[in-house]
Amino acid sequence: MKKLIYLLVGDPKKLFTPFNLISGLIIVLGLGLIGLRLFKGLGAVTNLSQTTPWGLWIGFDVMCGVALAAGGYTIAATVHLFGLKDYEPLVRPAILTGLLGYVFVVVGLVLDLGQPWRMPFIMIFPRGVTSVLFEVGMCVAAYLTVQALEFVPAFWEWLGWDRLRQFWSQLTIWLAILGVVLSTLHQSGLGSLFLIAPTKLHPLWYSMYLPLFFFISSIIAGLSMVIVESALSHRLFTYRLSSSSHFDLDDLTLGLGKAAAAVLYVYFFLKLIGLADGNHWDLLNTPYGHLYLLEIVGFVAVPCALYVFGVRTRNVRVVRITGVWTVIGILFNRFNVSMIAMNWQSSPHYRPSWMEVTVSLALVTMGIWLFRWMVNRLPVLSTDKPVVGTTTLKELWSVEAEKA
Amino acid sequence: MSEEMTVSKNGDNGTLNCSRRSFLKLFGAGGAMALLSANLVQAAETPGRMLRQDTMGVLVDTTLCVGCRTCEGACNQVNGLPKPKVAFEDDDSLLEQLRDTSPTAFTVVNKYTTGKGVEITRKQQCMHCLEPACSSACIIRAMEKQSNGAVTYRSDLCLGCRYCMVACPFNVPKFEYSKASPLIKKCQFCFERQEQGELPGCVEACPVEALKYGRRPELLEEARKRIHDTPDAYVHYIYGEHEAGGTSWLYLAGAPFEKLGLPQLSDKNYPELTSGAMGTVPAILLMWPALLAGFHYLSHRKDEAHEERSRHHVSR
Repeated sequence: MKKLIYLLVGDPKKLFTPFNLISGLIIVLGLGLIGLRLFKGLGAVTNLSQTTPWGLWIGFDVMCGVALAAGGYTIAATVHLFGLKDYEPLVRPAILTGLLGYVFVVVGLVLDLGQPWRMPFIMIFPRGVTSVLFEVGMCVAAYLTVQALEFVPAFWEWLGWDRLRQFWSQLTIWLAILGVVLSTLHQSGLGSLFLIAPTKLHPLWYSMYLPLFFFISSIIAGLSMVIVESALSHRLFTYRLSSSSHFDLDDLTLGLGKAAAAVLYVYFFLKLIGLADGNHWDLLNTPYGHLYLLEIVGFVAVPCALYVFGVRTRNVRVVRITGVWTVIGILFNRFNVSMIAMNWQSSPHYRPSWMEVTVSLALVTMGIWLFRWMVNRLPVLSTDKPVVGTTTLKELWSVEAEKA
Repeated sequence: MSEEMTVSKNGDNGTLNCSRRSFLKLFGAGGAMALLSANLVQAAETPGRMLRQDTMGVLVDTTLCVGCRTCEGACNQVNGLPKPKVAFEDDDSLLEQLRDTSPTAFTVVNKYTTGKGVEITRKQQCMHCLEPACSSACIIRAMEKQSNGAVTYRSDLCLGCRYCMVACPFNVPKFEYSKASPLIKKCQFCFERQEQGELPGCVEACPVEALKYGRRPELLEEARKRIHDTPDAYVHYIYGEHEAGGTSWLYLAGAPFEKLGLPQLSDKNYPELTSGAMGTVPAILLMWPALLAGFHYLSHRKDEAHEERSRHHVSR
C-alpha cells in the first residue's frame, strides 16, 4: 500500500506546497465548471453566441495548444531526420510536452463539441472529405497516436522491457517522418480553417497564405517552446538529471535560437508578402491595423532581432527571454486570427467569460501536473534516473517492498 | 537508390539485404500514400462538378411584402416549433427591433428604413446556396444540397462543432447553446413537403404572393421581367443570382441590398475558398515522406562515412 502511494503521489508529506494548493484549487474549480457545461450546455458557461460560434476553447485550447506542441515534431525531425544528434537529449521532453499538449487539445475540443460522444463518427463515416476540419481532425487523431508511439519507449525502459525497447527503436525514423507529414497537414490546416470566412476575418489577417503562415509559425513556436521548456525543466528538475548526461544545454539553446531567428526572418517576409498581396495598406492606420503592426513588428521582427543578438553575443539569457517573448507572440497571433480579428464587425464583440478562462487554466494546470508526474518517474530528462535512484519499475517495486 | 548501392558495395552482404529491405519498405509506404492521395484528389474535386443551376427556388419580392409575418407563423407550425408569446397577427411592435433567426425561429421578417424614410420589410431564412459553404465545411457532411434545391441537415450525424456557422456568410445555422445535447437548427426549405409535391410552409401561407416558388432559371426570368415592366420600383439587381456562387432563394427590392441587411459577397462559390488548400494534401502526403527519408539516409550516410574514415585512421 505504502509503495503504491509513493508511486502515485511521491512523499505524502511534501504534497501540500503553495503551488500544489493553488493549482489544485484551479483544477477543482475547473472540474466543477466542466460539470456545469456537460449538464447545462455551452450557454451556461461560455460567452459564445450565434454570431461567435468559436471562442476561447477553440482559439486557445485548440489553436494555441497545437501550435505550442509543435516542439515534438520539430526536434524529432532535427535529430532523427536531419541527423543533428547533439539535440538528442531534448527529444524526449519535447515529445512528452507535445503529447500532453495534444491531449489538452483533444480534451478542450471535447468540451467545445455539442455532441462529443460522436467524435468516432468522423472515422466510421468519413463523409466530410471536402472539410478542412475533417483533415485537421484526422491528422490530430493520427498524430496523437504517433506521439504516443514515440513516447512509449520511456515506459518500456521504466518497466525494464529491453527487447521491446530495442524493437521500438527501429520505428523511430518512420514515426519521425509521419510526425512531420501529419504536423505539416494539420498545423497548416488550422490556418486553412479560416479561408472559408473571408467576410468575417479582418482583411489584414485574411490571406490565401494563412495555411503557410500557420505552418511556418508552428516551427517557430516549436523551437521557442523547446528553448523555454528545457530551461524550466533543467531548473525545476535538476535532481532528475543524471551525472552522465553532461550535455551543454546553453550550447543547444543557442543553436535553437539561431534556427528560430532564421525561421522568424522568413516568416516576417512572408507576412509582408501577404500584406502586399491583400493590398489593404489603408487599414494599417486603424485600431485593427495597429494591432496587426504590433503583431508583426513587436512579436515577429523584434524577437527575430533579439534572437540574432543573443546568439551573436552568446547570451543564453537573452535567447531564453526571447523564447518566452516569441511564445507569447504565437499566442497573440492565434488569438488575433481566431478571436480578436474574427467577426470584427459584429458588436458586441466576443469576450471569454471567467468560466471559460478558468476551464482553460484548469486544463493547462492538469497538463503541468501530468508532465511533472511523468518526469519524476519515467526516464524523460535523462535515461538512467527513474524513481528513487533505481533503474526500473521492477527494481523500484522490490526496494519499496523492502522498505514497507 | 544509387546512393544506397554505393554504400552497400563497401559493406558486406548483410548491409545489402538491409538496404534492399528498407527500400522496399519505403516503396510500399509511398505506394499506399499514392493510393490514399489519389482518392483524396477525387473527393476534393466532386463539389465543383455538382453545379446545379436548375434547382427549385423562391423569389422574394420585398416590394410586395407587407410585413404581416404570416410566413413566420406558418414556418413554426410546419416545423413543429414552439408558438411565440406574441401572436403573429396581433402585434406589429416586434418589427421595430431587428431580429435574427434562432433555434426556434427559422425565418423572421425585419423592417429596414432606407434613405428617404421608405420602410421595407424583408423575410430572412437560409438562402440555400447552390454551392453551400456549410456543406463543404461540415466535418461529416451533415449539411447537404439536395436535388430539389434544399440544403438539408442530418441531426443524427452532427458533432456540434459549429464550423458551418463559421463558414456560412449569411450566419444561418443556429446552435442550441442552452441544451446539454445540442444540435444545429435552420430552415431546410421544407424538404419533405417539397418531396410530397407541397409548397414550402411560408410560400403557401404568404397572403400577398411576395414569395414565388419555382424552378430557379424561371424565377430569374420572372425577376428580370418584373424589373423590366416596372423599372422604377426596383433596384436593377437580383440578389442571389451570383452571390457566393448563386443561391436558390432570390431577392428583389426597391433599395440597395446592403441597406436590407444582406451581406455584399463575391461571386466566388465558397467551397472553392478551401479546395486549393485541400488540394495540397496529396502533394504533402507524397512529397514529404520521400524527401524526409532522403534527408535521413543522406545524414545517416555522412555519419557512416565519418565512422569508416576514423576507423581506418585507428587501424593504420
